Amino acid sequence: MSQDRSILVPARASTIVASFALALFLDFLPWRDLRLVPDFVALVLAFWCVRQPRLVGLGIAWALGLVSDAGNGVLLGQHALAYSVLAFLAVWMSRRILWFGPGQQALHVAVMLLLAQGVVLLVRLAAGDQFPGWPIIVGPLAGAALWPMLTWLLLLPQRRPPREQTI
Amino acid sequence: MEHSPPPFFKRGPAPLVRLLFFASLSLALLVLDARFRYTETVRGTLALVVYPIQRIATAPIEFLEGVGGYFSTQAQLLDENAALRAQVLANSQDALRFQSAQAESAQLRRMLGAADKPQVRATPAEILYAGRDPYSHKVFIDRGGKHGVQPGSPVADETGVVGQVTRVHPLLSEVTLLTDPDQAIPVQVLRNGLRAVAFGGGNSGTLELRFMPANAEIRDGDRLVTSGIDGTYPAGLPVATVVNIERDAEQTFARVICKPAAGVDRGRFVLVLSEEGKRPARPDDVQPGRERRLDKTRRARIKEAAKEPAKAEAKETDVAR
Repeated sequence: MSQDRSILVPARASTIVASFALALFLDFLPWRDLRLVPDFVALVLAFWCVRQPRLVGLGIAWALGLVSDAGNGVLLGQHALAYSVLAFLAVWMSRRILWFGPGQQALHVAVMLLLAQGVVLLVRLAAGDQFPGWPIIVGPLAGAALWPMLTWLLLLPQRRPPREQTI
Repeated sequence: MEHSPPPFFKRGPAPLVRLLFFASLSLALLVLDARFRYTETVRGTLALVVYPIQRIATAPIEFLEGVGGYFSTQAQLLDENAALRAQVLANSQDALRFQSAQAESAQLRRMLGAADKPQVRATPAEILYAGRDPYSHKVFIDRGGKHGVQPGSPVADETGVVGQVTRVHPLLSEVTLLTDPDQAIPVQVLRNGLRAVAFGGGNSGTLELRFMPANAEIRDGDRLVTSGIDGTYPAGLPVATVVNIERDAEQTFARVICKPAAGVDRGRFVLVLSEEGKRPARPDDVQPGRERRLDKTRRARIKEAAKEPAKAEAKETDVAR
C-alpha cells in the first residue's frame, strides 16, 4: 500500500452487492463486439478479492459465475470455473498486489484476467466450439487498463472526508 | 515459509482446497450440461434471477431512442410518412396479389389432393440483448414460455429468417442466429429449386452452403429461401443471397458463401413463427447402435421376453383394481 496511505473505512456489504449488480448490468448491455469488451463482473470480482479477501472469495465467485452463465445462455459452469480460478488467484496474490502502484497492479490483474479467459477458452474448445480469433485477448487487457479507474471508483465509499482524518 | 505460526483465527478450509472443490463442482456441472442437458431447471431459475438486471440493461437504449425520437425534426417525420405511405401502397398491391395467388394455389393443391400448407402464426418480440459469448451467436428475446413460445420455432424479421429458438425460459427465450457455426438451415435456390443446407459462418457474419458439388448450378446473386422440407421452417422465407463461389477442380465440393437476407446482427424487433396446424409426426429415427446394445446378449433378450408377459399381467391387475 505504498501509494495509498489514507486509512479506509471498512467496506460495507451493500457497496459490494451494488458493485456486482452494476457489473452484471454492464455485462448485459448490448455490446457490438463482445471480444473487445472487458468482462466487468470478473474485474469487480478481482477487485473485491484483492481488497477484501475475507469477505469475497471463491463461493461468491462461483455463484456469480453461475448467474453469468445462465444469463448469457452459455454452458452452465464455464464462468463458474473461470471465476473460481480468478478468485483463487486474486485472494492468493492479494497481499502482494496491494504493495504495488496502480500500473503494476493492473499488470497483475491482466495476467489473472487472461488466465480466466484461457479457462473459458479451454472449456469451449473442449465442448467443440471454434477458436473465436485473437481479438479475444483484447477484452482482458482492456479490463486491466480499467483497473486504476475502478480502484478509485470502488474505494470512493470507503474514503473519509479529509477533515475527519486530521483528528 | 515453513515456520508459519499457527493461525489465530479460524478461516475455514485453505484457498487451494476451496478452489479444488469449486472447480470440480463446475466441471461436474459442465459435463451435466454439455453431455446430458440435465441442468435446464437450474438454468431457468437463475435466468429468472437476472431477468430484472437484463431488463434494466436495455432501458438506456430505449431511453436514448426516446430522446432521439423526441428531437427528430418535422421534416424527417414528413419524409418518413411519405415513404411509408408509398410502401403501404406497394405492399397492399402485393397483398392483393398474394391473396389471389394463395387462393389459386389452394385450388391447385385441392386438385392435386395435397395437404393444405400449415398456417403460420407470428408473435412479435423484442431483442433484449445479445448473449455475452464470442463463441456462439445468440440473442435473447422478451417472449418466453409464458407467451407460448415453443423451442425450435423459427424467428424472422421483416426481410427474412433470423434464426431459431433454442431454449425457452419463462419470460424470455434464447434465439440462435443463422450465423452461429452450429446452426444449419435447409434452403432452396429460388431460381431453379436446387436444395442445399446452409451453415453459419461464425464471426464472419456469413452463411456457407456445404456439400455442394463443384458443378452445382448456382451463381453469384442467387437468392436462397427456406425449402420447408425439415418441418421446422415454413417454406419460402428469404434466407440469404449468394455472394461468392469458389470452384476448385481439386476439391469435391464448391465453396459457396452467402450473405444473410435478414438483419441478423441489426434490428431490434423480430417475429417468432409457430405453426398452427399439426404436421404428421416424423417417423422414428432408427438408431442402429442402440438396437445393437439392447439385444447384446441372447440371455438379456430371453429375460426381456420373460418379463414382458409378467408386465402385461401386472398392468391388467392394475386396471382391474
